[in-house]
Amino acid sequence: MDTRKEKFPYGIPGHNLSEIEREIPIEEPPVWPINDKLKIIGKRVTRIDALDKVIGKAKYTSDIKLPGMLYAKFLRSNVPHAVITSIDISKAKSLTGVHAIHLIENTQKEGEENKNGKYPIVKYVGQPLGGIAAESLEIAKDAIALIKVNYEKKSFVIDIDTAMEIGAPIVFDEPITQQQDGGDVGETHDGSKGKGNVRGPSTSSFFGGPRGDLVKGFEEADVVVERTYRTQVHTHMPLETHGVVVDWNSDVMMVYASTQNTNAVRNEMASIFNLPKSKVRVFCDFMGGGFGAKHSSGSFGPMAANLAKKTGRPIWLMLDRQEEHLSEGNRPNSIQYLKIGAKKNGTLTGIQQRSHGTAGVALGAGVGRIAQILYTCPNFATEQYDVLTNAGPGAAWRAPGNVQGAFGLEQAIDELAEKLNMDPLTYRDKIDKSEVRKVERRRGAKLFDWSRRQPAGSGKGVVKKGLGVGQSTWPRFVTLDSSVEVKIHNDGGVEIRSSVQDIGTGTKTILAQVVAEELGLEVKDITVNIGDTFFPVGPGSGGSVVTGSITPPARNATYEAKKALLKLVAKKWETDSSELFIENGQIGSKKDASLKMPFKGATKLMRTSQISKIASRSDDYGGFQQPWGLAYGDLGSVQFAEVSVNTDTGFVKVDKIVAVHSCGRPLNIGQLESQINGGVIQGVSYALYENRVMDNGTGHMMNANVDQYKVPFSMEIPEIETLVVEEYSALSSTDAYGIGEPANIATAAAIANAVYNAIGVRLYEIPITPASILKALGKVS
Amino acid sequence: MEDKNQGSESKPTKAITRRSFIRGAGLSTAGSVLLTTNALAFAHKEQLVTGEEYGPEAMTIKMKVNGMMKSLSVEPRTTLASALRDHLELTGTKVVCDRGSCSACTVYLDGKPVNACMMSAFDVGDKEITTIEGIAQNGELHPVQQAFIEHDASQCGYCTPGMIMSCVHLVENNTDPNLEDVKNATRGNLCRCGTYPNVFKATLAAAKKTI
Ligand code: FES
Ligand code: FES
Repeated sequence: MDTRKEKFPYGIPGHNLSEIEREIPIEEPPVWPINDKLKIIGKRVTRIDALDKVIGKAKYTSDIKLPGMLYAKFLRSNVPHAVITSIDISKAKSLTGVHAIHLIENTQKEGEENKNGKYPIVKYVGQPLGGIAAESLEIAKDAIALIKVNYEKKSFVIDIDTAMEIGAPIVFDEPITQQQDGGDVGETHDGSKGKGNVRGPSTSSFFGGPRGDLVKGFEEADVVVERTYRTQVHTHMPLETHGVVVDWNSDVMMVYASTQNTNAVRNEMASIFNLPKSKVRVFCDFMGGGFGAKHSSGSFGPMAANLAKKTGRPIWLMLDRQEEHLSEGNRPNSIQYLKIGAKKNGTLTGIQQRSHGTAGVALGAGVGRIAQILYTCPNFATEQYDVLTNAGPGAAWRAPGNVQGAFGLEQAIDELAEKLNMDPLTYRDKIDKSEVRKVERRRGAKLFDWSRRQPAGSGKGVVKKGLGVGQSTWPRFVTLDSSVEVKIHNDGGVEIRSSVQDIGTGTKTILAQVVAEELGLEVKDITVNIGDTFFPVGPGSGGSVVTGSITPPARNATYEAKKALLKLVAKKWETDSSELFIENGQIGSKKDASLKMPFKGATKLMRTSQISKIASRSDDYGGFQQPWGLAYGDLGSVQFAEVSVNTDTGFVKVDKIVAVHSCGRPLNIGQLESQINGGVIQGVSYALYENRVMDNGTGHMMNANVDQYKVPFSMEIPEIETLVVEEYSALSSTDAYGIGEPANIATAAAIANAVYNAIGVRLYEIPITPASILKALGKVS
Repeated sequence: MEDKNQGSESKPTKAITRRSFIRGAGLSTAGSVLLTTNALAFAHKEQLVTGEEYGPEAMTIKMKVNGMMKSLSVEPRTTLASALRDHLELTGTKVVCDRGSCSACTVYLDGKPVNACMMSAFDVGDKEITTIEGIAQNGELHPVQQAFIEHDASQCGYCTPGMIMSCVHLVENNTDPNLEDVKNATRGNLCRCGTYPNVFKATLAAAKKTI
């Protein structure tokens, strides 16, 4: 293999920045210095699509209107468990304005239990049963109300505790053969293990299985913390609901989708309708939030396509707010038992974890790998169980599993530190091997002024202040299936294309930055056309994979295109192209300063209309931890919380969060801060407010709306200070990673620790409400 | 005066607004209750007008939107939000909760913010509607819009039109707002991506420039 040796920046500026030599493929672009020495990368560049958003011009899937388009609405179950005996659509069919009705039947593609009759068995309230296409949404709704579904009701179970009991109504009486898009990432089980509604356990992840000997570990322990933590189910509630517009009038099925993964939607639709992938085109330009729940075509994609087929018209099918809450994903709850032992000097001797959680009718309620990997403890074991209930399926939610897991682990570590008479930060210095988190603790403590922290419950007065800290880790995932095409047009235009989508994180902008930096142009000179599966395949926006996966090929393709252009200039100047460079939109020569040519002028030398280069993600320099794309290093954070607790009313207010994060080489500080703000606010919400409230007697969600599903609005927003620590690992041509998941992991734990510090009583369950505070204080029973 | 030539057949009738159609709020969940409705929307008083009854068929009404008189054929049950989005193709106004609790659909009715999802299109009458598309004048952004761009106050952007409507109204009516004022102005605006800190910064910065 043709390689060359290069020296890369390595480490953390202001702490241990050094150089490392790597042997890299010969065609890789030259090494980028640290951000200080770059023009566009790492800077606060405004979003290239912000203008369209602020003037109301940005077109989201829900905004699409095509000629002849019909509006569709789902028919959904209103009982939690039943066999459907019949569905009477006669009245709906004859309503003026109704064009087609499609009922979901037990065919191989759509049904789940073929042997059980014509229609799939109803397993939760809100399960899609069919759909109607009509001339307006109102007519479609009217028609839905005219359908009569006859159910043979079965017994059901909604809450996790009852579902775990022997003799509880059984949700699935067979293995679930397919892993659903659930909570935890990593080793999952197929649901065939276990008894009754309790399936599993998962005992290992891609970081391995159990370690050492727990019995021995706890024998060696001088101090032990043993607790059970509980977290709630909460739903994603993106502002734009799930949905599609499908236009299937030509040979190609056109799917406008509000999705985090155009490629996955394309593949699913192609497979369901037996089409070659080339005959399905998925498009997503602006997308109104997903947070993990929008990776699939769900049931709305196939429904819209079926209705499009039946009517020959484009179909608009966006869910309403209630449907969104009921059926399009949630973060599973958890009951986590955790036992941690340590020696007097703080050394961890054992971590044992056992968790149960429900993702409703889906699997994936594990609590992640955080207890396994955040602190290196020689003796470790976990058992993570899924409990099936008659409720809507869970879906990945920002750092699936790890947010639940961190709530338990980081409180236990805090409690351990107290038992050891150590400051929680000092204790983490001792047991956390991560260099970057050490820097984060140090810089964060200074910014937050951690030194003002008082002993737990020592504050005087009714309103007590508390300070707390929580940590996180998230793997650096890379999707190798990440490609871009970079074009230099002969009118001076530069364009980058990929199927990767921008879900509000700023992917369009960082791609423009990478291309502009490499070409010595400005961000405004770059056109970014993404979110279209007719372009080279890009990664799904999940797991914080996008930045680390797509920016290296973006830079590499640009570099190849630049080389091709510079060759033309070199020919004209009768020099060697390796002498040439582009800076501030001008091509120059290192040898002869008098040689100058504007970029646009250089493109006139092209004999074809464009230079086009495609590049795909390759292995990291120095390889991966796991060949499928698990990179070395991690994405860590330390978050500090300051709260005020009113001990009379139980009201908790988060006053301030300091969030210190690392994500390799930061590409756009402003966008990173925004994403951290978002993760933190969702963490505040998780800790204090939101909760899916189910009626166990009917299986209905009681707060499937915006007014009663409590999330923070402007009045609840704490002061948030963010700090991004640059960390260079010399792993790719951009050395950059994402931050979406890490931003959300540590917040709830930090708040819970701060609440403890305020009132001197620990809360083991979220959401922490005024009622739970007063109960903890013994003021109410 | 603008063209009020709506004819008798399109005159606002009983003004039964959508609010009365919204099903009961039902159960309130345990714990603290958050105020989630645009405070300014409360200030808008609906007039009770009596007259003929119309519907359920669609009929043509006229509406002044962003300075232009538009005519559209809608059923009496059509909300203002739907009229704007589905009939006038002004999709900048977003529908998120469809029941008055997120302010994504905020538009101005004679200069005052209202939730377009809570208002019948028939009730607009001769009042003037301003939507997000009408905030920039002659291609020139309002300082709040400019500041939203500079301070990265928009992530996915779905809440952004509603946020901007709330914030523009604030800075147009309060020459020296402080942080609490901005929080008050946006207290009904839901943003799930977490743009609030930057919305606050942007609006305060814009207020300085607006004076
Ligand atoms: S959509 Fe009108 S307030 Fe939510
Ligand atoms: S920017 Fe996404 S909801 Fe506000």
